[in-house]
Amino acid sequence: MTHSSHDSDLLNHPGGPVQGSAGTRFGFFTDTSVCIGCKACEVACKEWNQVPAREESGFTGHSMDNTGALGADSWRHVAFIEQPAGHVPASGGAGVDGDAEVSGRVGLEWFGEDPGLPPGAHGSEEQREVPNFGGAELAAPGVTDFRWLMSSDVCKHCTEAACLEVCPTGAIFYTEFSTVVVQDEVCNGCGYCVTACPYGVIERRSPGQHGGGGAFKCTMCYDRMRGEQQPACAQACPTDSIQFGPLDELRARAEVRAEDLIAAGVPGVQLYGADPDSGVGGNGAFFLLLDDPEVYGLPPDPVTPTRNLRQIWGSAGAAALGLAAAVAVAFATGGRR
Amino acid sequence: MSTAHAAPTAGPTGAAGGTEQRVYTDADGTTIAVPTYHGRPVIKEPAWTWEVPWYLFAGGMAGASSVLVLGAKLAGHHELADRARWVAAAGVAVSPPLLIADLGRPTRFLNMLRVFKPTSVMSVGSWILASYSGVAGAASGLRALDRLPPLQDACDVVAAGLGAGMTVYTGALVADTSIPVWHEARRHLPPLFAASGLAAAGAAATLVTSPEGSRPARRAAVLGAALELTVDTAMRRHLGPIGEVYGREEAGRFHRAARAVTTTGAALVAVGGGRRRGVTVAGSALLLAGSVCTRWAVYRAGFQSARDPVATLGPQRARLVRGERTRARS
Repeated sequence: MTHSSHDSDLLNHPGGPVQGSAGTRFGFFTDTSVCIGCKACEVACKEWNQVPAREESGFTGHSMDNTGALGADSWRHVAFIEQPAGHVPASGGAGVDGDAEVSGRVGLEWFGEDPGLPPGAHGSEEQREVPNFGGAELAAPGVTDFRWLMSSDVCKHCTEAACLEVCPTGAIFYTEFSTVVVQDEVCNGCGYCVTACPYGVIERRSPGQHGGGGAFKCTMCYDRMRGEQQPACAQACPTDSIQFGPLDELRARAEVRAEDLIAAGVPGVQLYGADPDSGVGGNGAFFLLLDDPEVYGLPPDPVTPTRNLRQIWGSAGAAALGLAAAVAVAFATGGRR
Repeated sequence: MSTAHAAPTAGPTGAAGGTEQRVYTDADGTTIAVPTYHGRPVIKEPAWTWEVPWYLFAGGMAGASSVLVLGAKLAGHHELADRARWVAAAGVAVSPPLLIADLGRPTRFLNMLRVFKPTSVMSVGSWILASYSGVAGAASGLRALDRLPPLQDACDVVAAGLGAGMTVYTGALVADTSIPVWHEARRHLPPLFAASGLAAAGAAATLVTSPEGSRPARRAAVLGAALELTVDTAMRRHLGPIGEVYGREEAGRFHRAARAVTTTGAALVAVGGGRRRGVTVAGSALLLAGSVCTRWAVYRAGFQSARDPVATLGPQRARLVRGERTRARS
């Protein structure tokens, strides 16, 4: 990754070859505030990774979203949410990541104000440079009174990946870039990972299709990374909503970006998945969201189920002893009739 | 909680173009508005098919039967021991084919034994099933051939231990997932499956053993049924709103059937005893059906729970509201 500075010049296209070496944790920072919903990421991913067409296709009726969800045949998924003015994040500002406060407790009253300038952009040039994504211009009276949230969802490449931990064959592994990848040659299609993922990402592909029966998900373009190229989606993204690079660097950049947006008065700004102190140990692919995670179909407090394994095995052990005790009772008492 | 895929409505909470709000009431009475993405599910439904619940039943019955075999031998009920051993062998015979048929790539079933992974209940369970089916099969074979009595005894002892593991691990298997109705019942599912397995093992042994020799099996069946009903009640109370799926759709039908059939079956076996053979046989058959229905109820409940975004999102947001955000593993 060529980015080394943490400046807020976020529209400078990263591009270029991957400079990182094995041992560096790489990730995605998806800045949804600049996503334009073009779905170039979905197309580039499908093309590079030869992901087959979905079996069921057609219109969902859910805004511009006809992909629906991540799955075996959709490794990027752009979500579309049309939101009326005055919407208040349901959390009321209770952030999910690092207890950071969410901006915009009071909702979107600013849509009605002073069209042409985002609220808070009364001051410095720096603030004025924050891209006007949200619709202050659109909010001129008589035009519209809603904002459109768009977000390119992807596998989160968890630090404590549930899919990997429950995989009975060892098909799922951590790469030298700390990404989570399924070895298709090993996967026997047991489907346990499908039930384990707290985000509903990984899925078994239908038997009729190429690679049918196995579990599939985003590899963060493992093959491209090994060839010192960035993933196809990040390269295709025209607005740098999808940024790829060393995770530390991306996290620092995201902090700056979130602060800028909050200073500009954008409501609902919150980082999602950036904090390692979470139920999945943080994500290798994290997001800057403009509303609560639930609105985007993301779980607000995901937990790797295996972290409760001690409790689960403890209960199983007690149950086994209970079974033996019940059988003993059945034989111990009473005569023989 | 409402079901997924309800039509979006523009209510007073401002639901339009994607953010459907639903109300979730936590067990402690906290009511929160839960936004969803077009009412779509957050997690995936299991990829599993009909073989899995039948395996849960067959494996559970087999494992508990092996425990019954050892108890019968120790207590000197040799007829019962022999018959229960055959029940175990029958369960063992169908279990691996059911599991292999459920795989997306059945020809790679041996990859299950490629590694031993304590973090994967399915890996541990595969090793339990592989070793248990070998030992239980050997026990039956040696008995049929009437060879090597000391080795028979050893096989019966090992099969009882592995059989107990066999009966409970499937509860751990479904508990170690992100599906709310399974994961939140993680302390209840292993005992529920153990009790259900015991009821089935006792009922099956009762069916194939003479009335004189089957008294302990009848007692095991009734005891298992009573425990199953008790644990089930406790599980649903513990689950609160997440457990409402046990009252709806397919899981609801299986659950109601399981309770009715198990209760009736246990009563008939208790009343029939060793004298009214017909009543006892009918009761035993009902207990077997009850065990099947319990497994199917749990299985289908998992699908329904996964489909409902509020079941996934509600408890998580409630944790955040209470200030109980999940922290990293220490």
